[in-house]
Amino acid sequence: MPRPGNRLAHAPRALIRTLISTLMFALWSLLAVAGAAGAQTPSFAGDPPPAAIAAAQPRLPAMVSGRQGKLLLTSGVSSIDGAAGGGLTPWALTASHASDDSLGASTYFTHVKLQDYTLDGYGIAAGWGDRLEVSVARQDFDTGDSLGALGFSGLHLRQTIVGLKLRVAGDAILDSDRWMPQVAIGIEHKHLDAGSFAPVLRSLGAGTTGTDVYVSATKLLLAHGVLLNGTLRSTRANQNGLLGFGSSAHHARQLQAEMSVVKLLRRDLAVGIEYRSQSDNLDGVAYGNGLRADDWKDIFIAWAPLKWFSLTLACVDLGHVAPALTPGRQTGAYVSAQLSY
Amino acid sequence: MKSPCPSWRALQRVLLIAGLSLAASALADEPRRPEQLPDRYVPGAPADDTLYRELGGHDGLSKLVAEFRRRLLADERLAAFFRDVDEERFQQRLVTQFCEVSGGPCRQDAHNMRRVHSGVDINRASFNATVEVLQQAMDAQGVAFSVQNRLLAQLAPMHRDIVNVP
Repeated sequence: MPRPGNRLAHAPRALIRTLISTLMFALWSLLAVAGAAGAQTPSFAGDPPPAAIAAAQPRLPAMVSGRQGKLLLTSGVSSIDGAAGGGLTPWALTASHASDDSLGASTYFTHVKLQDYTLDGYGIAAGWGDRLEVSVARQDFDTGDSLGALGFSGLHLRQTIVGLKLRVAGDAILDSDRWMPQVAIGIEHKHLDAGSFAPVLRSLGAGTTGTDVYVSATKLLLAHGVLLNGTLRSTRANQNGLLGFGSSAHHARQLQAEMSVVKLLRRDLAVGIEYRSQSDNLDGVAYGNGLRADDWKDIFIAWAPLKWFSLTLACVDLGHVAPALTPGRQTGAYVSAQLSY
Repeated sequence: MKSPCPSWRALQRVLLIAGLSLAASALADEPRRPEQLPDRYVPGAPADDTLYRELGGHDGLSKLVAEFRRRLLADERLAAFFRDVDEERFQQRLVTQFCEVSGGPCRQDAHNMRRVHSGVDINRASFNATVEVLQQAMDAQGVAFSVQNRLLAQLAPMHRDIVNVP
């Protein structure tokens, strides 16, 4: 079906631009704070003046700052929900290049062009050493004219996701002599702003907020240059929350499995595949099986030409999204740029 | 009849304890390397010498270690850690170590990574920075990425003996 070429004109470009600049401001403020904190980190207990150091302990080297303390690409990229990981699923690694007790941050912008929909995502994540990660992500799902038949032409579904991830065990990168993966637990609290579509979701029995809880295990098989991740997620989300949470037929949490297999081609280049199973709560609630969901998958390539910049390209297949209205599979291209500090 | 004064024996005991704790604190103040500090990680020997040969054997490793050292001393983050290390000793020890862990015909006298690094505070960022420089040195020597990773896989768990700051 032909679509008008100026579909992006529906997207609030000015709003996106404003939000991105706000985000950048937030990031740089954070970096300034982190920088000030880092500068105060004493290399020696008690922090004596340099002259005293020279006299007491001649030329003891100062430790390398933890702010750039991780190896290239070992913090993954920004997943679509904001947490560090692959494109579609979170990993047990923490965002930013900070190690030790340092604070680091990353920000990203992701654009996904599907058959009938467009998804823009952006967000920011802060990592504290290899331990803790906090992330905030925004998703803007532009349905274009796909829901025009229902009178929802130009509908945007907007979702905000606040994530928290805590590494609880293991070291994915350096413990190459052990099978023990790095393990993290996380939560993603999602709030959907469905706009004029909210009454429809309500009639289907789907809520607009949901909290996913997950556990991720990540292991780099260093000798083989292969990274494996498995994530188990407890969720009620329909299409990751873009179509709400639960339904009048299925409101219980379900466990969903997600996995990533990544091959490192060079230190700055990785290719991978991902698979993420989805809940199917809306199937049969209305339109027969016209609201069924399929599992998500993608194949991606990530490139980090600089330590603070990475680019990810992917071919994604989200399966059917509301096939009663858009019968085709939602395949398309995914591009994501990440800045990290 | 019991004397009101403390007995000589008790005084002796107090003096002894005071003396010992003083000596202990004096010893604690003096920076010294503990003699017994066994490594937590000892690299396993590879099944064959494929990796050693792919690294260019003894000549390849000699060049690699020289390049590694040159780059460490040129790195502003790490130079201070390595500038006082004797060049010949560094060269000989690292070539032997890389040779052994890659399946070559060398044996190290001891696995004492923990002891030799105990004199200075090393955090994870310093360790990772050193790995980075080793990767760059291997790039410069034309070592293939897959070969690099196999050598790094043998060395990486040494973080448990080298990183000594939480």
